Amino acid sequence: MLKRLFIVLLLSVPMVGMASSGGTSMKTADVDVSNTPSLQRGARNFMNYCSGCHSAKYVRFNRLAEDLGLTESQVLDNLMFAAERPFDTIKVAMPADDAKRWFGQTPPDLSLIARSRGTDWLYNFLLSFYEDSSKSTGMNNLVLPGASMPHVLWELQGTQRVVHRIEKDAAGNEHEVFDHFELASAGKLSAEEYDAFVLDIVNFLEYIGEPVKLKRVQLGIWVMFFLLVFFLLAYALKKEYWKDVH
Amino acid sequence: MNSSENQGAGARLLAWVDARFPLTKMINEHAAEYYAPKNFNFWYLFGVLSLVVLVIQLVTGIFLTMNYKPSAADAFASVEYIMRDVQWGWLIRYMHSTGASAFFVVVYLHMFRALLYGSYKPPRELLWIFGMLIYLVLMGEAFMGYLLPWGQMSYWGAQVIVSLFGAIPVIGDSLVEFIRGDFYISDITLNRFFALHVIALPLVLIFLVVAHILALHEVGSNNPDGVEIKNVKGPDGKPLDGIAFHPYYTVKDTVGLAIFLMAFAGVVFFAPEMGGYFLEHANFEPANAMKTPEHIAPVWYFTPFYAILRAVPDKLGGVLMMGGAIIMLFLLPWLDRSPVRSIRYRGWMYKLPLALFTVSFVALGYLGMQPATELYTNLARVATFFYFAFFLLLPWLSVADKTKPVPERVTYHA
Repeated sequence: MLKRLFIVLLLSVPMVGMASSGGTSMKTADVDVSNTPSLQRGARNFMNYCSGCHSAKYVRFNRLAEDLGLTESQVLDNLMFAAERPFDTIKVAMPADDAKRWFGQTPPDLSLIARSRGTDWLYNFLLSFYEDSSKSTGMNNLVLPGASMPHVLWELQGTQRVVHRIEKDAAGNEHEVFDHFELASAGKLSAEEYDAFVLDIVNFLEYIGEPVKLKRVQLGIWVMFFLLVFFLLAYALKKEYWKDVH
Repeated sequence: MNSSENQGAGARLLAWVDARFPLTKMINEHAAEYYAPKNFNFWYLFGVLSLVVLVIQLVTGIFLTMNYKPSAADAFASVEYIMRDVQWGWLIRYMHSTGASAFFVVVYLHMFRALLYGSYKPPRELLWIFGMLIYLVLMGEAFMGYLLPWGQMSYWGAQVIVSLFGAIPVIGDSLVEFIRGDFYISDITLNRFFALHVIALPLVLIFLVVAHILALHEVGSNNPDGVEIKNVKGPDGKPLDGIAFHPYYTVKDTVGLAIFLMAFAGVVFFAPEMGGYFLEHANFEPANAMKTPEHIAPVWYFTPFYAILRAVPDKLGGVLMMGGAIIMLFLLPWLDRSPVRSIRYRGWMYKLPLALFTVSFVALGYLGMQPATELYTNLARVATFFYFAFFLLLPWLSVADKTKPVPERVTYHA
């Protein structure tokens, strides 16, 4: 009975885990913060295309240099446009009040966006801008409908249109649902190149969300190894002492 | 100097201290000559582990306080400062955030052990009451601590929970204002929650833990057989089925500690967010009083009670049911009138309701995290029914239950 109770408890654990992964048709962002070249490209893309409007106010340039295998002068020459000193953080030059007037809201700080939104969401967001003449920017987004952010990367991706298909619901009513995107005008990059470009940005966002992640996992392996040895010694000690207990 | 002279000096120092402070006496009373039943199993680890987690929380908490800033303007940034700029700050913070959840894991298992083996039954009622008070204080401590990072879920979670007090008739609204110290959750609320979290509640917690252990050592430990080992003593006056806590259980608990630490380190180093259950995703966004999150759910350890709250259509009724769910636990020693303690010697009239209660509690925990759809709310109502049925039927079922004869000595196979 006791064991059965415990099994019921154990079985209910994965149930809870499954509940969090809701059914969405999002593409998986295959991020890897140990891929330093990808992070370097992501940092370049971020500084060129994102940092004009978005800050990453908890991210220091000198930490970036250290973690991404860059020298301070490389960072200074290639990434630091507005900041002056290596220990400065990624700030945005645009005044918050103007930003609010221009876009309807201040573009959010992106330091922790990968941790609050998740990398899959970010990846799909950046892939899902489409032409919509009813919007002031001429663009809408499938992942975040009515997004106030314009399609900053249109020059690279080109622009795309949504192709709908008709589906009938249970009551027999017809609905237009999203089927796929089609290219309206080509950009500088091919679809694969654009995917890779976006993935580098998302990977960089994942890194700045938690700069210590890679070291954390590496250290964790040593800690687990230590604890295993500790466990074996403790177990041997227990066996020795408990010989007297009958 | 040779070793015998060293020993001599050590012994002399101990004698000097013992003449002025009951050091040896205390060590003997609580460790070297505290006789614990030799048949403790897996379930008896979680008391010691709660103590370990308490120490982890106190020590990491002290170091966090050195860098954390309890103000609405700086709190969120100071947590990120700890995560990025403070040496080992990330480790301290993850240990503390994981420790909060780990505390509830071990305390829930510790409490469940008491349900399995009737550890709350006479003469251990007061021991159980102290334990329940620890659980209450722990909930307050966790709730207030959760506001401190000043993320979206910190803010709105606090908003929802504090507003529950508003359901109390007549004084409700003024009480809510009194708790917040403001008309909404603000800098003032954050400051007082910080004070309560870092000093007031930890002090009460430590006092209660000491009382809990003193009460335990006064009445002696229960065991999986529910047999009172003090009843069968050897010629030396020591219980025949008892072994000295130190060294036998100190070495055995060290093995359990190693396993626990592997699980703990596994979370800290490889999954500190635990998929959003230990650190909620929405809490990585700074608190914003103008923007209510789509879905507000408390952290997992509160969700069983949150589900009970939502299962009741009336707000005051929900708050009363939620409070009632805790009060039931307090009353357990007097609701259970069975002549035996351990589940090993009880019949199906205890085993089945306990199984239903356990499943209901876990189900409520799951439902409390989900949006309140009609199906989920109805399921929560069924689970709430079984939760309360366990306690309310216990006085009759525990008497009607067909129990097995309890042996005189504990069962133990070396």
